[in-house]
Amino acid sequence: MDKEVLDHVEMKIPARAEYVGVARLTISGIASRSGYSYDDIEDLKIAVAEACTNVVDHAYDEGGYMGLFCDLYQDKIEIVVSDRGQSFHLEDIKKEVGPIDSAKPIEDLKEGGLGLFLIDSLMDKVEINGETGVAIVMTKFLQRDGREQDANGVPAPTNAQK
Amino acid sequence: MNLDIRTEEKEDYNLLHVSGEVDAYTASQLRESLLPLTEKEGASVIVDLSNVDYIDSTGLGIFIGALKSSNHYNGTLRLVGLNARVKRLFSITGLDEVMDIEEEEEAQ
Repeated sequence: MDKEVLDHVEMKIPARAEYVGVARLTISGIASRSGYSYDDIEDLKIAVAEACTNVVDHAYDEGGYMGLFCDLYQDKIEIVVSDRGQSFHLEDIKKEVGPIDSAKPIEDLKEGGLGLFLIDSLMDKVEINGETGVAIVMTKFLQRDGREQDANGVPAPTNAQK
Repeated sequence: MNLDIRTEEKEDYNLLHVSGEVDAYTASQLRESLLPLTEKEGASVIVDLSNVDYIDSTGLGIFIGALKSSNHYNGTLRLVGLNARVKRLFSITGLDEVMDIEEEEEAQ
């Protein structure tokens, strides 16, 4: 059973490069008040920026909007970045996803394809849904490994739970 | 959310000081400053990232482009002063295997 959503935040912003930073700062604020560590907040900022950059680069021929939705749970944050633009060729993009292959000659290195790979690396769970548009659903657990425990082995309450 | 770039011409190399955040919006500014420096035969370019506190795949893409260009012109490209966060992205993506990078020295 899914646990209860404690809070929900959503915003709709223009799908333009200058707004990617706005999404990034927004997620930073939300994650910070939910009790995420400095490193986790940095990971969340990059993941959200990558998802938004994908929308900016691929979703619309002309201007459009992107949606940022956050569901806060006791132990995790679920973030959806969505567009209503033309579905970018998801399969093609997935094919290009991957880290740098150092065995390849430098002239064959690709300049793109790292965005989704980074999202995958930095978040705990990632799903991509694409039919009429594309939505990237990303989950990150709250202090999954590093949370302090009390003498009984019970994790200490986080800021969000206090 | 700004990026400041300053080029310093040294005797046998160009030093590019980058400070701020490199993302989808500011990446083109970095490309315009960096790429031309690499487009000379045998050019040596050093990029100082010690004042960069955020970078994502758009920035990494610029450095891959610059590396390819530098390689094409038989030059060298070196990134210095990477903080732990920035260095981590180069490691995750495997870019540290193909690029000449140097971490920031620990503050004393």
